[in-house]
Amino acid sequence: MSTTTASSSPSRPARRLGEARPRYGERVIKALLLLCAAVSVATTAGIVVALAGPTIEFLGEVPLNDFLFGTDWRPLFSPADFGVLPLVTATIVVTACALVVCIPFGLGSAVYLSEYARPGVRKALKPVLEVLAGIPTVVYGFFALTFLTPTLEKVWLFGDPPSVFNALAAGLVMGVMILPTVASLSEDAMAAVPQSLRQGAYALGASNRIVATKIVVPAALSGIVASFVLAISRAVGETMIVLIAAGGTPNLSLNPAEAMQTMTAFIAAAGLGDQSTGSIGYQTIFAVGALLFIATFVMNIFSIRLVRKYREVYE
Amino acid sequence: MSEPVVQRPVLAPDAPPAPDAPASLGEPVFRLRGVGVAYGGTPAVRDIDLDVRANEITALIGPSGCGKSTVLRCLNRMNDLVLDARVGGQVLYHGQDIYASHVDPVEVRKLVGMVFQKPNPFPKSIFDNIAFGPRVLGMKGSMDEIVERALRRAALWDEVKDRLEQSAYGMSGGQQQRLCIARALATDPDVILMDEPCSALDPISTARIEDLLLELRRNYAIVIVTHNMQQAARVSDRTAFFTVDEARVGHVVEMDATERIFQNPADPRTEAYVTGKVG
Amino acid sequence: MSTTRIAPASQRERALGGLFRAALLVSVAVGILTLVWLILSILIEGGPRIDGDVIARFPSSNPELAGAQSAIMGTIWVVGLTALITIPVGVGAAVYLEEYADRERWWNRLIELNIQNLAAVPSIVYGILGLAFFVRGFLGLGQTVLAAALTLSLLVLPIVIISSREAIRAVPDSIRHGALALGATQWQTIWRQVLPGAIPGMATGSILALSRAIGEAAPLVLLGGLTFITFNPEALDSAFTVLPIQIFNWISRPQEEFHVLAAAAIVVLLVLLVAMNAVAIFLRNKYQRKW
Repeated sequence: MSTTTASSSPSRPARRLGEARPRYGERVIKALLLLCAAVSVATTAGIVVALAGPTIEFLGEVPLNDFLFGTDWRPLFSPADFGVLPLVTATIVVTACALVVCIPFGLGSAVYLSEYARPGVRKALKPVLEVLAGIPTVVYGFFALTFLTPTLEKVWLFGDPPSVFNALAAGLVMGVMILPTVASLSEDAMAAVPQSLRQGAYALGASNRIVATKIVVPAALSGIVASFVLAISRAVGETMIVLIAAGGTPNLSLNPAEAMQTMTAFIAAAGLGDQSTGSIGYQTIFAVGALLFIATFVMNIFSIRLVRKYREVYE
Repeated sequence: MSEPVVQRPVLAPDAPPAPDAPASLGEPVFRLRGVGVAYGGTPAVRDIDLDVRANEITALIGPSGCGKSTVLRCLNRMNDLVLDARVGGQVLYHGQDIYASHVDPVEVRKLVGMVFQKPNPFPKSIFDNIAFGPRVLGMKGSMDEIVERALRRAALWDEVKDRLEQSAYGMSGGQQQRLCIARALATDPDVILMDEPCSALDPISTARIEDLLLELRRNYAIVIVTHNMQQAARVSDRTAFFTVDEARVGHVVEMDATERIFQNPADPRTEAYVTGKVG
Repeated sequence: MSTTRIAPASQRERALGGLFRAALLVSVAVGILTLVWLILSILIEGGPRIDGDVIARFPSSNPELAGAQSAIMGTIWVVGLTALITIPVGVGAAVYLEEYADRERWWNRLIELNIQNLAAVPSIVYGILGLAFFVRGFLGLGQTVLAAALTLSLLVLPIVIISSREAIRAVPDSIRHGALALGATQWQTIWRQVLPGAIPGMATGSILALSRAIGEAAPLVLLGGLTFITFNPEALDSAFTVLPIQIFNWISRPQEEFHVLAAAAIVVLLVLLVAMNAVAIFLRNKYQRKW
C-alpha cells in the first residue's frame, strides 16, 4: 500500500499495513464462550419447561383451587386428596423456627463483627462462620434428629414434648446453618457505610451502641433486609434437614413440636418412591416443585433488587 | 461519695452574645502540655504546648503531615478510635484532664464539637441530622426550638426552614457543611474543632463559612486546621505553626497572635512557610 | 451558657451499652457453640466405628459388616466428573462475560440475571431438572453417574462463574493493554496473559464449588442414588451412590448401630471437606498475586 520513501535505508524492507483478514478462529472462540454463558439461560429455561409440562397436566386433573387451598394431602391414596396447604404450612412453620435463630443472631454477629470486634478477632471469627455454612445439610439433619430432639425433650417445659420428628428441631438447626449467610451479607452492607458517617456521630458524643443502632444499621438497611429475604428463600428450599428430622406425614398444624412434612420433604420422599413417568404421583412432584420454584424465585428477585439499591446509595 | 451527675440546664432563649472579651482573661478552654501521639509505636507528634482561649479563633497551620489534625483530634479524644494510637502528656479542658482514667470519652465529645474536612451529613432529613446530637444526649426542651436555634446560628435557617423534612443529601456542598456546623452547635458545646472545613468547597461557600466563623467567635472558641494561609490570616486571632523535625515527628515551632506570625515571625522556618518559600 | 464540667460516665448508658455488647457476644456464641456441640456429638457417636473398615467395606444389611466404600468411590466418580464438566463451562462463561460481553446488550444482562437467580434456586429443583431431562425424558440416561454429574454441574455452575469472574476482574487492565498493544488478538491475550493470572483465584473458587457438590444429597435423591449399591462405579453409565446419600440411608434405618455407622461416615465426609478447603486456602495463600 505505502510506497517506500527515498530516505528508508536499503537494508530495511518496507513495512506494509496488511489487509484486515477476517479472524475466523476468534469468532469461533467467541461463539463457544457465548454458548458456555448461555448454559445458564438454558438451565432456567429447562427448569421452567421441566416444571411446566407435568404441572399443567396435573392441573388438568386437579382444579387449582383444590390444589392451593385444600387442607388434605393424600396424593397416593384412593380417594386421593390434593390440597397442598399442609405442605405449605409445614414449610412456613419450619422457616419461622429457622428465622427465630438466624435473624437476631445473624444480625447480632454482623453488628459485632462490623462495629465492635478488633481486626484480629474478626479474622479469627469469619472462617468459623464459613465453616458453619459449609457443613453438608445431611449432617445438620442427623444432628437435629439424634441430638437436638432428645435435648429438647429433656428441657421441655410446657405442653406436650416434641415428638421424635418435629419441626422445631429441624427449624432451629436450619437457622444455625443459615446464620452465616445473614451475618455475611449484613456485614457487607454495614461495611459499605462510609467511615465518615460513624466519625460524625462519634464526634457528637454518641456511644458505640448508638452509632451501631441509629446510624450504621439504618444506613445499611436495604442490604440487611436483602439478607433476611435470602435467608427465607434458603429456609424454604432446604430439603435434607427436614427430610431427616421434621417428619414424613403431612400435618396441617402450626405447632412446631409436632411432626410435619414440608414441600421439599415431600418432593424428596416422592422421588424416593420411584413413581412411574406420567402417573399422577409423578406429576405431584412437579406441581409442588413449581410452587416451590415460584416462591423462591420471587424472593430472589426481590433480594437482588434490594442489594442493587444499597450498592447504589454509596457509589 | 460519688459526684452528682450534672444536669444540663434547659437552654435559655438566646442570651445576648458575650462582648468581645480580652483574650487573656480567665482560664483557657484547652491547655495542652507536653502532648505527644504515637501510632503503632511510631511517634507522630511530640512536645505539644498549646492554649486555646475562649471567644477566639485559633489556627493550626503548617505543611502536610506534621500532625495538625492529630493534635486537633486529641482535643475530643477522636484518636481513641484509631486502634493503636497512644496519647501522652496532658490535655486540660477547663482544668479537667480529659485523658484521666475515670473520664469517659463519650462525655468529652458531648462538650466539644467537631466539623470534618468533607461534609458528612447523615442519610436522614435535615431536621433529624440536627436533632441527632441532642436526642443522643437526652437534652430536654423542644426539639423544634433546638433545631431552629442551631440552624439560625449556622446562618442556614432561612434557606432550609421550609424543607426540614427533606434529605440532607439534596443540599449543595456548602450548605451541607453549614448543616454539619449547625449539627455540632446543636449540642451546645463551648468549643468547635474544625479540620480543614473549607478545603472541599468552592470559594463562595468558603467565604460564607469564614464569615460564619467570625460570627460564631462571639460565643464559642474555635480551633481550625487549615492549609490555606490566607484563610488563617483572615479569620484567626492566634496561630500555631507546625513542622516536622528530622525524625519526621511533628511539633509546634511557634505560636503567637496571628499578625505577629504572619508579619513578624520569630522563627526563620515560620517565615519561610508564611511567605511561600516552603510548603 | 451550659456546663463545661465533664460528666462522669452515665450509669444508664454504661448498663445499656454493656447489655447490648453482651447480646452481641451471645449472637456470636450461638453459632460457635452449636458448631462445637455438633462436631463433638458426631465424633462421640461415631467413635466406635471410625476405623479403616468404614472405608474398606461395602454396605450390608448387617451393620457389623457394613462400610461406605461404594459411596466414597461414588462420590469421587461423581464429583470428579462434575469438575470436568462444570469448570470448563464455568470458566468459559466467566471469560465471555468479563472479556467479550457488552453490558448494554439485553441478552448479556439476561445471562447475568439468570446466573444470580440460579445461585439461589433450591437444590432439589435442580434434582427435578435432572430427573426430567437427564434421567428420564430427553437424554434418558437413567440413574447413572453421568446423569448425576450433569445435574450437579448445573447446580454449582453459578458458583464457578461468579468466583471465576472475580478472579478475572482482578487481573489489571494494564496487562491486557500491554499484550494488545504488541499486536496480540483478544483470545491470545486472554489465553496467554489473563487466564494464567486468574488461575489461582479460579482454582480456589472451583474447589469451593466442588466442596458444595460433595455435600449435596437432595438433587441426587431424586436421581435415584438411593438404591442399595454395593459396588463401585465402573463406567459413566453405572448406578451409583454418594456419601451424603449413604449417610442418609443409614440414618433412616431404625437400628442404632446404623446410626453409629452414619456418624462415622459423616466424619469421613467432613475430613474430605476439610482436606479440600485446606487445599483451597493453601493455593490461595501461596499463589495469590498482589498486582
